[in-house]
Amino acid sequence: MSDSILAGEIALVTGASRGIGAAIADELARLGAKVAGTATTETGAARIAERLGAAAEGCIGLCLDVTKQASVDAALVAVEEQLGSKPTILVNNAGITRDNLLMRMKEAEWDAILDTNLTSAFRLCKACARSMTKARHGRIINVSSVVGVSGNAGQCNYAASKAGLIGFSKSLARELGPRGITVNVVAPGFIDTDMTRELPEAQRDALLASIPLGRLGAAEEIAAAVAFLAMPAAAYITGQTIHVNGGMLMV
Amino acid sequence: MSSVEERVRKIVVEQLGVKEEEVTMDASFVDDLGADSLDTVELVMALEEEFETEIPDEDAEKITKVKEAVDYVNAHLG
Repeated sequence: MSDSILAGEIALVTGASRGIGAAIADELARLGAKVAGTATTETGAARIAERLGAAAEGCIGLCLDVTKQASVDAALVAVEEQLGSKPTILVNNAGITRDNLLMRMKEAEWDAILDTNLTSAFRLCKACARSMTKARHGRIINVSSVVGVSGNAGQCNYAASKAGLIGFSKSLARELGPRGITVNVVAPGFIDTDMTRELPEAQRDALLASIPLGRLGAAEEIAAAVAFLAMPAAAYITGQTIHVNGGMLMV
Repeated sequence: MSSVEERVRKIVVEQLGVKEEEVTMDASFVDDLGADSLDTVELVMALEEEFETEIPDEDAEKITKVKEAVDYVNAHLG
């Protein structure tokens, strides 16, 4: 496989300062795309720029709050100014958790998750759809989660947001398909990141026992699936969810 | 310099891939010219570019015929 298979593509990856998002940004850059990785802080953005810049030319870090439309608009302008065009690849990866049992869950915990994990995709896809439609080319990849399909006690809000991404992506895939734009989902299982390191030991062990491959996934293994969906080879795949979870859920 | 009507009709021909003579002032994009909903969104995008303006969504929804597009442009950019 050529290392410059994504040459000429402009990729926007949200939540790229660490974990899965960082691995996705690195992989797309390695494959030749110009990548804009976003973080919620200026220092995070600077670190992304440094990391991506060391590996590939023409990659940048941006400060973006996915819950603010004005911030999304500004980021899109910055991508166009600094990388030469609007994104041709959009990866909605930014996400947070606020776990709690439903009976204890505050409405604010619900709202924060839906806004950051789901409404963010609405904002970013809408902002990118216009230029992709004009270009008759675009790849949108939304990062969901195994729990969006399987459910998980204590994660009603998170699971709802991640399941929402799947329905959203299928609908958008139908809307934009006629214009050569694909919209797909990657649903990671139990991946070794800061987010999963916060889980209690007992829950971690129980989860591990339910994974046929018997180990946590690596962020790079999610990045590989995302990168595939961005490649020319994946042009006929749209509206799909690729589960990368070591077999813990088979759909 | 072409008239607004000529410029609008040219865009409709390009965007919807229809013949120039089909694009009468009374022609409806959807009913007469075979546009689907996504085509009409793109048509408005093309009008925005041609006339260097932004057409708010609530106005865009009312532009369903060639004449309405021409009238809109004349009213807002006259």
